[in-house]
Amino acid sequence: MVPVNDYVALSAVLFTIGALGVLIRRNPLIVFMSVELMLNAANLAFVAFSSVFQTFNGQIFVFFVIAVAAAEVAVGLALLVEIFKSKKNINIDDLNSLKG
Amino acid sequence: MTSDLIIFLVLSLIAVSSALGMLFSKNAVYSALFLALNFVTVAVFYLLLGAPFIAMTQITVYAGAIMVLFLFVIMLLGAESLAPSKALPWQKPLAVLLAVMLAVESIYLIFSRASSSGVIASPNAALNSMDSLREMAMMLFNQYLLPFEVASVLLLVAMVGAIVLAKQEKAGQK
Amino acid sequence: MHLSETVSSGFFFLAPWLVFAPVVGLLINLIFSKRFKFSENTIGAVASAASGAAFIVSILLAYSISANHGEMARWRLAEWIHIGALNIDWTFRVDSLSATMALIVSGVGTLIHIYAIGYMREDVRFKHGEERYARFFIYLNLFIAMMMILVSGDSYMMLFVGWEGVGLCSFLLIGFWFEMDTLGRPSWANSNAGNKAFITNRVGDFGFLIAGFLTFWYLGSFQFDQVFAAAPAIAASAPWVIVAITLFMLVGVAGKSAQIPLYVWLPDAMAGPTPVSALIHAATMVTAGVYLVTRSAPLFTLVPQAQYIVAMVGAVTALFAATIAVGQYDIKKVLAYSTISQLGFMVAAVGSGAYVAGMFHLMTHAFFKALLFLSAGSVILGMERGHHHLAHHKPSSPTLPPKGEGSSLSSRERAKVREKTNHSEEVFDPGDMRNMGGLRKTMPVTFWLYIFGTLALMGIFPFAGFWSKDEILLDASLHYPGVYWLLTIAAFFTAFYMGRQIWMVFFGEARTEVAAHAQESPKVMTVPLMALAALSLLGGAFNLPFDGFHNLGHWLSYTIGEAEALPLNLTVAGISTLLALAAIFISWLIYGRNPLKAGQIDPLKRPLGFVFTGMENKWFVDEIYFALIINPFKRISQFLADVIDWRFWHDFVHETVIAGAYNWISKIALNRYADQQGINAFGNWLGDATQWASANLRKIQNGFVRSYALSVMLGVVVILGYLIFK
Repeated sequence: MVPVNDYVALSAVLFTIGALGVLIRRNPLIVFMSVELMLNAANLAFVAFSSVFQTFNGQIFVFFVIAVAAAEVAVGLALLVEIFKSKKNINIDDLNSLKG
Repeated sequence: MTSDLIIFLVLSLIAVSSALGMLFSKNAVYSALFLALNFVTVAVFYLLLGAPFIAMTQITVYAGAIMVLFLFVIMLLGAESLAPSKALPWQKPLAVLLAVMLAVESIYLIFSRASSSGVIASPNAALNSMDSLREMAMMLFNQYLLPFEVASVLLLVAMVGAIVLAKQEKAGQK
Repeated sequence: MHLSETVSSGFFFLAPWLVFAPVVGLLINLIFSKRFKFSENTIGAVASAASGAAFIVSILLAYSISANHGEMARWRLAEWIHIGALNIDWTFRVDSLSATMALIVSGVGTLIHIYAIGYMREDVRFKHGEERYARFFIYLNLFIAMMMILVSGDSYMMLFVGWEGVGLCSFLLIGFWFEMDTLGRPSWANSNAGNKAFITNRVGDFGFLIAGFLTFWYLGSFQFDQVFAAAPAIAASAPWVIVAITLFMLVGVAGKSAQIPLYVWLPDAMAGPTPVSALIHAATMVTAGVYLVTRSAPLFTLVPQAQYIVAMVGAVTALFAATIAVGQYDIKKVLAYSTISQLGFMVAAVGSGAYVAGMFHLMTHAFFKALLFLSAGSVILGMERGHHHLAHHKPSSPTLPPKGEGSSLSSRERAKVREKTNHSEEVFDPGDMRNMGGLRKTMPVTFWLYIFGTLALMGIFPFAGFWSKDEILLDASLHYPGVYWLLTIAAFFTAFYMGRQIWMVFFGEARTEVAAHAQESPKVMTVPLMALAALSLLGGAFNLPFDGFHNLGHWLSYTIGEAEALPLNLTVAGISTLLALAAIFISWLIYGRNPLKAGQIDPLKRPLGFVFTGMENKWFVDEIYFALIINPFKRISQFLADVIDWRFWHDFVHETVIAGAYNWISKIALNRYADQQGINAFGNWLGDATQWASANLRKIQNGFVRSYALSVMLGVVVILGYLIFK
C-alpha cells in the first residue's frame, strides 16, 4: 500500500527536473524533451489520483494529454527544422532578436 | 505492503536517475535514450496504478513515436554539444537554486499539509480485466466525445502544419 | 412755467428771452457761420440783433413793471436742485432793479456789438486771425446771456451761475488772442492775463460761496425773498451771521468789481480787444458786485458795521486806483484804473446805504466809460492804420498778406508772419500815449467823442457824471465823512489824470510819424459812440436831484424801498466842481501849455520822484503778490508734485515698493522658485524617473528564452512560498 503522497512527490521531482532542463539547456531539442518530461510528470499524478478515487477521469485526461503532446511535438520539431535551415545552428541563445 | 513500497522505490529511482541523465547528458542522442527509458518506467508505474491502457498508450505513443521523432530530428540537426554560452552567466546557478527550492517547497507542501488522501491499492487482476477497458471506452465515447473529436481534429491540424512547415522553398520559387 | 400770483398781464412771459435771445444768436453763429460762409457783416449783424432783441425784451419787461405799478413778477422756467430742504429753481425775477440792470447791459451791449463789427474787422487783420471773427461774437453773445442770468436770477445760486458764467466769458475774451501779447508778438502774456482774471475772480467767488453757504445754513434758503424775510430774526439773535455773510459777499464784490485787494486783474484784462474792455470791464461785468450789494440791501442795512467796511473799501480803492492812473502811459491802462476808481465810488455809495446813488452812477458810468473805452479803441486803431499805412508805403517793408484775404494759416504760421513784419520795423505800441499827440487834427470825430466822455467822467456840469457823482458825495458826506473826503480827493485825481490824457493824446504835435498818419474810424464804429455820447450828456436826467425828477430813485424804490431823496446840495456840488476845474487847470499847466516832445520823460517824474515811480509801477502791488503769495504757492506745489507725488509716491511707493515687490514675487518667488525650481523641476523629475525606470525595465526583455522561463519559475517559487508561509 503505497500512499498516494509518494506518487505525487515523485511527480513533483520529475517535474522539477524537467523545469530545470528547460531553464538550463541551450539545445532546443533537450528543452523539448524536458517539456515532455514535465508533461509526463503531470500524467503520473493524474493516474495516481484516478487510481485512488477509482474513476477513469484521470486516465482519460492522460489520454488526451498524450494526444496533444504528440501533436505538439510534431509541430514543434517541424518548426525547429525550419529554424535550423535559416540559422544553421540550433542554439536558442541565438534566437534573441525579440529583445527590447 | 512493503513489497509495493520497495517496487515503488526502485522504480522511482530509475525514473529519477534517467531523468537526470537526460538532463545532464552532453550527447543529445543519449538524452533521448534516457528519456525513453524514463517513459518506459513511467509506463510501468501506470501498470502498478492499475491503468493498463494508459501504460500501453504511453509506450506506444511516447516512447515509440515521439522519441523516435526526436531521434530523427536529432540526427537531422546534429547532436554535437554546443559551445558554452557567454550570455547570462548568472542564469544557471539561479535556475538550479530555484529548482531546488521548488522541489523542496513542493515536497514540503505534499507531505505536511495534505492529510493522508488515500493509498494506492496493489494492482489486482480485477482491475486489469477487459471490463475496465470497456468502461473507459464507454466513458470516452459518451462523456468525452467532444474532446475526442476535437483531439482528432487537432492531430489533423498538426499533420497539416508539420507538412506545411517542412515544405521546401522550391514550391515558392517556381 | 407758471405765473406768480401778483401778475395779471404784461410781457413777463418774455422774461426767459432775456437769456435765450443771445443764446440763439450765438448758436446761429456757432453752427452756421462756417458752413454757410457768413460774411463778417452777417456775423456781426446776427450777434447785434440777438443783443438788440434782449434789449427790446428788457424794455417790454420794464414797461410791464411800470404798467403794474412796480409790482415785480417771478417766472419759473425749470426746476434745478431739489434735495431735502434745498430748493433752487431757475426762476426769472423781473423787478425794477433787475430790469434796470437788464436795460443797461443789453442797451450798452448792443451798441458795443455794432461798434465791434467795425473794430474787429480791422483788428483781426492787424493780428492775422481772420477766422476768429465769428468766435468773438459768439463769446460776446455768451457773455450777454450769462449777464442776463446774473441780473435776472431769483436766488443767490442763480445769481452765482451768471456770476461764474461772466467770469468764464471774461477769461475767454481777455485771452482772445491767446498766443500773443498786446503788440502781436508770440507770447504767453494774453493768456496769462486771462488766467489772472479768472483766478483772482475765483478768490472772490470763494468769498461769495462762503456767504451763500452761510445764507443757506442760517437763513434756510437761497431765494431772495425768503432770505430777506428770515434775516431780521437772525440779526437779532446772532448778528455775527449777517456780518459774516455780508463781509464774505464783500470778498466776492472785491473780486468781481475789482476792489482792493483783488483788483489786480483788471489792468491786465486790457489785453483783450477794446470792445471787451468796454463791455465787460467797464459797463457790465464789473458792476455785478455793485448789483449784488444793492440786491442784498436788506441784509446790509441790518449790519451797519459791515456797511462801514464796505464803504471804506470802496473809498480807499477809489483813491488808490486814481493815484496809479496818474502815472500810466498806456491809454487803456489809464481807463482801467479809472474804472477801478469809479467802481470804488459805486461800492462806497452802496456801502453807505445810498443804493440809488450807486445804481445811478453805475448807469452813467456804463455810458461814459464805454464811450471812453470805445473811443480809445478808435484811437488805437487809428494809430494802427497809420502804422500800416507807413509800412505799406515804405519800399523796404516786406510784403504782408493782402488784407481781406480769408487766411487759413495756423497760429504758428501767423506768429511767424507777425515776427517777420515786426522785426523789419521795430515793435510799435499803438496804445502808448507817448507815441501819440495831435490826434485832434487827424481824428476829429474821435476827439469830440472822447471829450464828451471825459467831461462826463470828470463830473462837469451838465454831463451825466456830475449828477451821479455828486449824489454819491452828498450821501457819503451825510453818513461817513471819512469816506466823503477820500472820494473827493479821488475825484480831484480823476479830473487830473483825464486832463493829462487829453493833452497828451489829442493836443500838441504828433510825437511819432505814425501819429501824424493816424486815420479816422469808419461810421460803423463812430455812430454807436455818438449814441453813447448823447447818453453821457443827457443821462443825468434819469435822476435829477430836484423834486419830482428822482426818476431812478422812484423806480428802484419798488424793489429796495423808499430811499431818501436828497435835494441838490450846492456846497458839495460846488466843492467837487471847483476841484475838477482846478485839476484841469493844473494838468494844462503841466501837459497842455508845453506839450510833450518826442522822447521827453513825463514832467511829473522829477518833482514827485519816488512817488511818481510808485504811481508808474502801480505801487508794486503785483510784485508784492508774486513774492508773498504766488511764488511760495508755486514752490509748494512744485514740491508737492515733484517730491511728494513723483519722487516719493510714484517712484518710491509705486515703482520701487509695489511694482518691485510684485515683480519680485512674480519673477523670482513664483517664477524661479515656485515654478521653475519647484513644480517644473518636479515635472521634469517625473519624466526623468519614468525614463530611467523604463530604460532599466527594458533590460528584462533581453531576448533570451531562458531568462523568461526563469522569471516564470521564480514566480512559481515565490507563490508557493507565499502559500506555505501564509
